[in-house]
Amino acid sequence: MSAVRLEGAVVLLGRFPALAGADFAVDSGEVVLVRGPNGAGKSTMLHLCAGLLPLSEGRGEVLGSDLGSDRAAVRRRVGLLGHDTALYGELSAAENLDLWARASRVDAAGVPGALRRLGVPEGLWAVPSARLSAGQRRRVALAAVVVRRPELWLLDEPHAGLDSEGRELVSGLMSEAAAAGAAVVLASHEPGPADGLATRTVTMAGGTVSADAA
Amino acid sequence: MSRPATGDPTTPTGYLGGPARTGSRFTFWLGAATLAGFAGVAALGLLVVPADDVQGDAVRIIFVHVPSALGAYAALGLTAVGSVMWLWRRSQWWDITAHAGAEVGVLLCGLMLVTGMLWGRPTWGTYWEWGDVRLVTALILFLVMVGYLSVRALGGPAGSVSTRAAVVGLVGAVNIGIVNRSVNWWANRTLHQQSSLTDGKLEDMTLLTLILAFVVAAMAIWWMVMHRFRIGWLERQLADRDIHQAVQARRAEAGR
Amino acid sequence: MWRDLRLLAGDIGLVAAKDLRIEWRARTTLGQVVPFALLVLVMFGFALNANRPTLELATPGLLWMTVLFATVVAVQRSVAVESTDGAGRMLLLSGMAPAAAFGGKTLAVAVQLLAVAVVLVPGVVLLYGAEIESLLLAVVTSIAATAGLAAAGSLLGAVVAGVRAHQTVLPILLLPVVAPVLIAATRAFEDALGTAAVNGWSWVGLLAGFTAANVALGAVAYGPLMEEA
Repeated sequence: MSAVRLEGAVVLLGRFPALAGADFAVDSGEVVLVRGPNGAGKSTMLHLCAGLLPLSEGRGEVLGSDLGSDRAAVRRRVGLLGHDTALYGELSAAENLDLWARASRVDAAGVPGALRRLGVPEGLWAVPSARLSAGQRRRVALAAVVVRRPELWLLDEPHAGLDSEGRELVSGLMSEAAAAGAAVVLASHEPGPADGLATRTVTMAGGTVSADAA
Repeated sequence: MSRPATGDPTTPTGYLGGPARTGSRFTFWLGAATLAGFAGVAALGLLVVPADDVQGDAVRIIFVHVPSALGAYAALGLTAVGSVMWLWRRSQWWDITAHAGAEVGVLLCGLMLVTGMLWGRPTWGTYWEWGDVRLVTALILFLVMVGYLSVRALGGPAGSVSTRAAVVGLVGAVNIGIVNRSVNWWANRTLHQQSSLTDGKLEDMTLLTLILAFVVAAMAIWWMVMHRFRIGWLERQLADRDIHQAVQARRAEAGR
Repeated sequence: MWRDLRLLAGDIGLVAAKDLRIEWRARTTLGQVVPFALLVLVMFGFALNANRPTLELATPGLLWMTVLFATVVAVQRSVAVESTDGAGRMLLLSGMAPAAAFGGKTLAVAVQLLAVAVVLVPGVVLLYGAEIESLLLAVVTSIAATAGLAAAGSLLGAVVAGVRAHQTVLPILLLPVVAPVLIAATRAFEDALGTAAVNGWSWVGLLAGFTAANVALGAVAYGPLMEEA
């Protein structure tokens, strides 16, 4: 099943075409690594696939919903890990995830399991997330993706800022998700731990997807 | 963002699919007629119309004041409609119209306030009268629309600015009614004369001049909104062309 | 229908509780907005030359002018909560109805403004020698006025969210629009404090109308604004 299909996608950030006609497709069960230098448009493409940015030109469909007419439906079904953690700094890890689960209408009972799965020590669950270390905050943000069990995982540099144990955890999560039928797209600007996982690698440059190699 | 498919994107006229100017044969004659109308209203209002029994020569201000008041509300009504149409249908045409209406409206609203105060001094003995509902409402309206223009000036992605401004336009349109209501109850001692047109006390010549002034004002507003609309439209086309070129340049980065 | 309304109410509560909990932890309202409001009362005392009759006459207006200042601060804080570290993306991705997000943020601001009013009213009693003749009218007016200020403030706060000049633009947009609240709440308090012979309850009706209109506007217009942020 097709999870993502972009044809000639143009996305403007202000007046800058961060995506300048990108063609990109992902099927369920795939783990696609998006490679490319800083500024190639990787993050923009992930945000577009999450339904967070409007499409200026071209066409796009994510999980069967059109990016032009129904971005709200897309947003409800994806999991996105961005550069920033999208956590409320004054709320603890547990409070953030509880709010997220309730607002997304998924079972909040899955929160402790997700935090454990990401290896966040129980002693830190009640600490305001602004006071956690960068690596712990990132684990909490990943736990938010896990809580939702999305059909499409969009991970921007998921291994950045994590120790080796954390990187292995993340890799394990991605394989599991793909095995369960979800599509996983991860962006990375350098060769690293993600390489072995990917079933496919594409390269981005100048706001376009330039090479699509198996 | 649709753009005309015809033409060569590298030359302005070709890409814009039409001449890159705001005037046309029609607006030229409309503008000429408006200028002639202004001269006519000035001649009639200053030389022919007799002084008022009560207000004296100050009555002549109504030839500017009343048409600019009605014009201000009409132009700002255009902004309100345009705001709704942008939020509802994302109509670029209405979005540009809303902006044009706001700029013309602020101008006329300012003119109404200044002439109102100039008239109030000899007639009421004061420039500003807090008890007058229409005056206070007009001032609040003026401030709301200045806020609208300041949001327009913020910059940012085209769609985002339009949406922000449209919400301000909508909020302003709804709340100006409540402002009017509240000032009405609050003041409840209005000095403003009832409509000069309907109380039957105007001289024939005065009434005729006022009607001419309305027509000329409507023509002037039409002329201004059309030009302002075309400026906005050309700005969009230009921005589209810049983006088109930026997309090409960006693709070139990738070596395509 | 009923189920939808219940879910909407639940989401509003979720967002309001979130904002209030964040405010409670950061102590912005209690630690900065309330002292600021009290300070304004004291400064007005100096500005009006501590003249008792003048102060008594001006009390309702000064009180609500101060709440208006507090509204600007509280709304700016409410906007900042969402823009820090991309936190607002959580509500956007959750798929929550924009009307619920608007309602929740409005409710949280209204509660904070009510807290400011609860401190200010005893403040004017102590500092300006005001006397409360109708406590019920004062309470109902405060609730209706703060709700209206919060609704208009939250909507216009979303208009300027993410814009660099938002701190200067917000007052320009907000103050003219809330002029009816200042007029109506001041008149109603003149009745409640017995400083003028007016019918305060009819002004409460106007406040309710203002609140209803701006809540409806927010419910409709918040979605497009969230999309653009």
